[in-house]
Amino acid sequence: MDQFLLQVLNGLDKGSAYALIALGLTLIFGTLGVVNFAHGALFMVGAFCAVSMQKIFEISKVTIDATKTDFLGNPLKVKTPYVIEWFGESAGNAMINWSVPLALLLAIPVMLLVGYIMERGLIKHFYKRPHADQILVTFGLAIVIQEIVKASYGANPIPTPAPSQFVGSFDFGVLLGMDPNAVIYPYWRLIYFAFSAVIISAVFAFLRFTTFGMVVRAGMADRETVGLLGINIDRRFTLMFGAAAAVAGLAGVMYTPINSPNYHMGMDFLVLSFVVVVVGGMGSLPGAVLAGFMLGILESFASMNAVKDFFEMLYLPSIDQIVIYLVAIIVLLTRPRGLMGKAGVMEE
Amino acid sequence: MNTFSKADKNTLLFVIIITMLAPFILNPFPEGSAMAQFNAGYPDLMQRFAIFGILAVGFNILFGLTGYLSFGHAAFLGVGSYSAVWMFKLLSMNIIPALILSVIIAGVFALVIGFISLRRSGIYFSILTLAFAQMSFSLAYSVLTPITNGETGLQITLNDPRILDGGTGAGNLPVTGLFGMEMRNTFTLDVGAWAFQFNVGYYVCAIFLILAFYLSMRIFRSPFGLMLRAIKTNQTRLNYTGLNSRPYTLAAFVISGMYAGLAGGLMASMDPLAGAERMQWTASGEIVLMTILGGAGTLLGPVLGAGFIKYFENIFSKINDNVLHTWFSFMPDGLENAIVWVLHFFVGKGWHLTLGMLFMLVVIFLPGGLMEGADRIRARFGRNKGDGDDTPNATTPAE
Repeated sequence: MDQFLLQVLNGLDKGSAYALIALGLTLIFGTLGVVNFAHGALFMVGAFCAVSMQKIFEISKVTIDATKTDFLGNPLKVKTPYVIEWFGESAGNAMINWSVPLALLLAIPVMLLVGYIMERGLIKHFYKRPHADQILVTFGLAIVIQEIVKASYGANPIPTPAPSQFVGSFDFGVLLGMDPNAVIYPYWRLIYFAFSAVIISAVFAFLRFTTFGMVVRAGMADRETVGLLGINIDRRFTLMFGAAAAVAGLAGVMYTPINSPNYHMGMDFLVLSFVVVVVGGMGSLPGAVLAGFMLGILESFASMNAVKDFFEMLYLPSIDQIVIYLVAIIVLLTRPRGLMGKAGVMEE
Repeated sequence: MNTFSKADKNTLLFVIIITMLAPFILNPFPEGSAMAQFNAGYPDLMQRFAIFGILAVGFNILFGLTGYLSFGHAAFLGVGSYSAVWMFKLLSMNIIPALILSVIIAGVFALVIGFISLRRSGIYFSILTLAFAQMSFSLAYSVLTPITNGETGLQITLNDPRILDGGTGAGNLPVTGLFGMEMRNTFTLDVGAWAFQFNVGYYVCAIFLILAFYLSMRIFRSPFGLMLRAIKTNQTRLNYTGLNSRPYTLAAFVISGMYAGLAGGLMASMDPLAGAERMQWTASGEIVLMTILGGAGTLLGPVLGAGFIKYFENIFSKINDNVLHTWFSFMPDGLENAIVWVLHFFVGKGWHLTLGMLFMLVVIFLPGGLMEGADRIRARFGRNKGDGDDTPNATTPAE
């Protein structure tokens, strides 16, 4: 039981990332009809917003402290980050400590802007082109973004720690009356899950309960008619593209303490998120979220030792790396439309 | 060959002449001159031209002719490489059994993947093939380590069984060959300042390229090819005529997978090792780029595209900051440094950035690739003479 619970929890954080990226992908596909192969790159750009925030906070003023000397007898150079100088010792240190959550504030405008430029500057010109061209151009864009990030931040993962208050683990088992240390779970992953739940609910609430969201949903159903009613649907769709980019970016920012960001993290997530979208059903937002969490949890179950031993008993290799793909194959063979796919989406 | 028009025969003849005389054509600059670094006439690079040419020709049958954009073609390349290396380990260092096995295994693999992913078309198909390629990558990288040797890659060793020629490995690793002709043998012809290199491995690859090209030409001009083109043009209408298009698409997928398997087998024959990175999505993307850069749906385009990409990859990777500084040394220092600083991101290790840019520029401005560009230039200068390829509007991939 405790093992079971632990694996469910372990699956939640990956599942949250899958769900958030898949949500953005579905949103873009549903509104603009474009499959965005650069969406993983947007996730990665978000993660590097966190890295940049950390670097910005660590920009230091170098002063020479005459009272201290290093082992050669030279005056010691002391680095003081500007934030400490400006905001004082405690506030400055708190800012450096909280750089990842604060990076959300940087990521929102950056991602909205990136999304806006991408849609207006590039993708707009591809609505009338075949789907293959859209895939190819966004794929090329993904390579370009990835290489730019690689050129500016290097190829190695950059550690971006969570605020020190959230380092450590939460003893989940005690809450449910189990032995201490039976089910322990890092705080930050709980926060990541809560964060993604908030974002997902916010997106759904926005689409469901606001006039803007209603118009967007109407546009998703029948773009032409909404346009004929005198509503500038293109502008709203552009904003939705920006929002989808922001969702991916925020998911990336918050993911950095879990795995240190590197330049190819986006593509690794993108392929799996595509599988999530296919399993959930193209064009279905709840399907994308559901399949994201489901596959994340499934992946963590497949990496359990008990499961690995079971496969070893059958002389099979362990399948934790590929279980998502296997599920996708089974779903496609039995329900080609995906779990919650709508009829007529991408069926020609 | 009576189905071929005169222009087709000329195209084939052109390919034969180019591939056979490649050691001369690709080596225009004398040895030791400043321009010698732009020569491409050395065995390793020429082999890559031919191998990736085969790959692109095969991919073109699926993408250019049938209109299905596969993002997982590198998987078949990897499968072909692994099977060939296993054949070198188990049977003999002769490349013929290795190539036969790699084509067959890649074909079977393509049959399985095609059977599943061809249930959907358009975007779904691209996503599925991408997922399958990524799955094959994980399989090769970690899950199936006993077969693929994981991260290290599969290599031949001295104590492999090699049933047919087990006794050869006396201290040295055996080399791949074709009935005694070693693939690495190179004959150098010195003419004045030029050194032309004739490599056995290259000529083997070149002959396979010509055969592959001839076969793809036959497919393009056959009723089967016409059917594939109909699928690309309008699959729905084809289905309404009561025709089941699945067997045709599956056949195209398998043929194209077998081409990739042959390319992978040849790659392993030239250098007997196989690694998982050959199957990564970037490799698949590169295949797509070669085809569209040359011109998807045209006969000659993919071969040109493959050569173009591999040549510039080689040249660009060689250029570093020092080379750039010597090139622009005639300029004032500030300007020189500025130009070098900008170009620095695009050369050397930054080749992938150039590749990505090129990818976008081609898709945006020249969706028909180099062949369309050539057509446009020809039209501009009023010499509107067909060169035996497809109609110009066949170059845009349909969904």
